[in-house]
Amino acid sequence: MKPFIAAAFTLCSLAAGPAAAAGLTLGMALEPPHLDPTAGAAAAIDEVVYGNVFEGLTRIDSDGAARPALAASWTVSDDGLTYRFRLRAGVSFHDATAFDAEDVVFSLDRARAETSTNAQKALFEPIEHVRPSGPLTVEVTLKRPTGDFLYSLGWGDAVIVARESSATNKSHPVGTGPFRFARWVRADRVELVRNDDYWGRPVALERAIFKFISDPAAATAAVLAGDVDGFANFPAPEALDQFRREPRLEVVVGTTEGETILAINNARAPFDDVRVRRAISHAIDRQEIVDGAMFGQGTPIGSHFAPHHPAYVDLTGMYPHDLARARALLAEAGYPEGFAATLKLPPPTYARRGGEIVAAELARIGIRLEIVPVEWAQWLEQVFNGKDFDLTIVSHTEPLDIGIYARDDYYFGYRSAAFDANYQELARTRDEAARTRLLRVAQKLLAVDAVNGFLFQLAKSGVWNAKIEGLWENSPVQANDLTGVRWVD
Amino acid sequence: MTLLLARRMLGLAVTLAAASVIVFIVMEVLPGDPAVVILGVGAEPESLAALRGELGLDRPPVERYLAWIAGLARGDFGHSHTYAVPVLELISERMAVTFPLALIAMALTAAIAIPMGVLAARLRGGAGDVAISLIAQLGVAVPNFWFAMLLVIVFAVSLGWLPAGGFPGWDAGIGPALGAFVLPALALALPQAAILTRVTRSSMLDTVAEDYVRTARAKGLTRNAALWRHALENALIPVVTIMGLQFSFLISGTIVIENVFHLPGLGRLLFQAIAQRDLIVVKELVLLLAISVVVVNFLVDLAYLALDPRLRRGHHVMA
Repeated sequence: MKPFIAAAFTLCSLAAGPAAAAGLTLGMALEPPHLDPTAGAAAAIDEVVYGNVFEGLTRIDSDGAARPALAASWTVSDDGLTYRFRLRAGVSFHDATAFDAEDVVFSLDRARAETSTNAQKALFEPIEHVRPSGPLTVEVTLKRPTGDFLYSLGWGDAVIVARESSATNKSHPVGTGPFRFARWVRADRVELVRNDDYWGRPVALERAIFKFISDPAAATAAVLAGDVDGFANFPAPEALDQFRREPRLEVVVGTTEGETILAINNARAPFDDVRVRRAISHAIDRQEIVDGAMFGQGTPIGSHFAPHHPAYVDLTGMYPHDLARARALLAEAGYPEGFAATLKLPPPTYARRGGEIVAAELARIGIRLEIVPVEWAQWLEQVFNGKDFDLTIVSHTEPLDIGIYARDDYYFGYRSAAFDANYQELARTRDEAARTRLLRVAQKLLAVDAVNGFLFQLAKSGVWNAKIEGLWENSPVQANDLTGVRWVD
Repeated sequence: MTLLLARRMLGLAVTLAAASVIVFIVMEVLPGDPAVVILGVGAEPESLAALRGELGLDRPPVERYLAWIAGLARGDFGHSHTYAVPVLELISERMAVTFPLALIAMALTAAIAIPMGVLAARLRGGAGDVAISLIAQLGVAVPNFWFAMLLVIVFAVSLGWLPAGGFPGWDAGIGPALGAFVLPALALALPQAAILTRVTRSSMLDTVAEDYVRTARAKGLTRNAALWRHALENALIPVVTIMGLQFSFLISGTIVIENVFHLPGLGRLLFQAIAQRDLIVVKELVLLLAISVVVVNFLVDLAYLALDPRLRRGHHVMA
């Protein structure tokens, strides 16, 4: 009997061996201030919990499309105003309370309430009311047809929370996802463990640890020493070559939703003249900026749209790098000697380093820029709210945010009846093919009007152990979706 | 003796009170409107007004200061604006990392510097003395974060003996927890040890030249016995003074070292709180650090009493 038990124990421990190794330690540059994605704008929150701990009615997948999540299916009325969601059965939150229509009504009403602290309240504004029509059916009525409503429901700010636990989600998140929250050692790491009661396909990882390492040198050391299995978005592009030389590591560079632009104050002379803006576009050498400021990491763009999106159209060739043409346009606009202006730069390296290169490039056509470095608080006050600027460099990281060009009072002051009309039609359209066509038109309109100097898309520089499979190459949404991640040998 | 101690304690209390007043003025009165600092220039007027009410900024400064001190006595350190947890909780979590690290670093500094300094004095003029002085000179010049990165490259990345950073938590076991402190403590200690070695050496050389050491030798003690039994004790007084001063450098050093090794300690908390403009946390931390420096120097004072019997009897002596 004893030898049998001993053998059984040995077999058990052998079996436990490989399974115990199925954990992942992922490094992150910034620590989230808390863990409730419905109550904060910090991208780091979603990077820890989106898709792992919390889920919404839909979820954004690695290709940027909205897929069914907690809503198994839905129907939309012909006038586009009423959505009926059929919710999945047998789903429970991590604290064992059941998921049903009540939770969806609670979450959506909470997000759009007057007192809501949701950072993307505008996503919920089109909702007229939300009603349960059965234990697992929810009816949402909109004020007007909203083409990207299903996509909006996939944002981290729209995840479904439970009334019983919503108040403590900031420190102890309770969701429906494939991982449950285990521990948060502040300033060090967040630990997640597999949710064995998950409604969907079980995930391969048993544990996931997010370690917060902001110092680039410490991050490099941690990857090389194996303290972390990798970084989904490594903060120091200069170290990537070192990682490429390591056979046990894999470097995968993709794109994010961050359009880095040289924003031009369209409401102020001489920038209100399209010829001046086109001259600027001709004078910019995007690859020079990417190489000089971002160590070669970044994809040049010709309009305000992410290259990984199916509707992307490459407009980088509309204004080829042509200094003679640029000078001619300036002369035509009445500035043969060029002119002087200011360039306000917020703290990030893409702005400070990129700004110096842009200033040098524009100096070649006679535009003499005075560089004014500002902190984020000043940038918000002077540039974003006060619109007191000539040129600035900033990166817009919200997904599919081309709609900012339809806002008349946005900081760069672009007004176009054609663009507004196109955008309003887009908002009403649900058919994917039609949406793609309208999005392409929108991109072209912005390029033709040379609204801003479209520089490059921020890169997602991923480095991880070569034996890991399933981490996303691109970042169509701010998240570290670990559901498809596994170790292979 | 008790009168002496009582006087010292009174001095401590007065210094602490002065430190708290200075911290309060610098952190709450000088910045103008703390609510604007915390929420940012673009904040809504209603949020600003709400935060001002929460912080009690509408009351006169003296009243706010007294309320603050009363709160500290109760253990109410306020609420962190960015982390939404009580500041006391934040600080106590982090103290469990920084406090042991500082202690280990101080102990390492003394353990390296004092024997080295004594050895250098003993071998004065010889090759050993020159070697030690040269290494000490190098150590003074080397910035601690650069040295830290060097340690990481050698011991964590190349050899893999120690982690490159992070703290697994005390519940992961004494072994792993202390293992996480080895490189940071070395990075903190070695540059300070270099300075302390030079101080110890020159202090020893001064003491060894004193008459009573010659007397001890004349009595028949060997050079080493005279050194260890008589000279060292007296040579330690300037050494202990410097150690007390070094403590403040150690504290500021932890801010850098904790970032390099991404340790969840007080230094990194201060760094992050400043970056996030969390004025409440910064104020409490600055006060805590000021208090610790004052207390450590008080302990140095007490150490003098232990080391120099002449002080115990209340005689005035030249240091």
